[in-house]
Amino acid sequence: MTEDYRATNGNMMILACSGGSNVGQLANQAAIELTQEGFGKMFCLAGIGGNLSSFVQSAKDTPRMIAIDGCDVGCAKAILERGEVPLKDYVVLTTLGIEKNKDFNLKDLDVQRVKDEIRRTCNSEAM
Amino acid sequence: MEIKVLGPGCKKCESTKKNVDDAVAEAGVTADVIKVTDVMEIAKHGVFGTPAVVVDGEVKSVGKVPTKDEIKSWLK
Repeated sequence: MTEDYRATNGNMMILACSGGSNVGQLANQAAIELTQEGFGKMFCLAGIGGNLSSFVQSAKDTPRMIAIDGCDVGCAKAILERGEVPLKDYVVLTTLGIEKNKDFNLKDLDVQRVKDEIRRTCNSEAM
Repeated sequence: MEIKVLGPGCKKCESTKKNVDDAVAEAGVTADVIKVTDVMEIAKHGVFGTPAVVVDGEVKSVGKVPTKDEIKSWLK
């Protein structure tokens, strides 16, 4: 936790696809928990997708951001590209070996794996 | 023209307000510059951080102190 704070200062913008599958909701749950733990702050990807200036400009101006997609359809990435927001740190959960399905009973172990991968990705970029 | 400077009163917020005031004066435009310090009011704008600058309802800058030249480009 201490290393996380050093790496992100809690100012990491966290954008999760929050999609309609297990991996989408794993992305969402990881974003919530990382926010609660002070690693960063979850922000509204829907606002960016809706092209609302406050959300788009916030994403463009934030110095640190991680986008989390559940699968390689890449909705979060596509929303950022459409809004001309530079993609910074990026994680796709199915690349971690988590299979996409419609089982919304999320496993604590999977949430932890996702959070670990997000921390690893962000901290490696910060070094 | 209406310009809002969103920020609870930190040093960066004060610097932003000053740059906005200076830019408006130098550009010679007529604008109402409103300082918004209420946290709930700021939250309604949906910005990720402060200071933020809103020109006629459009958010132009978030989480940094924009330069006078940047601000002037928004006043045209």
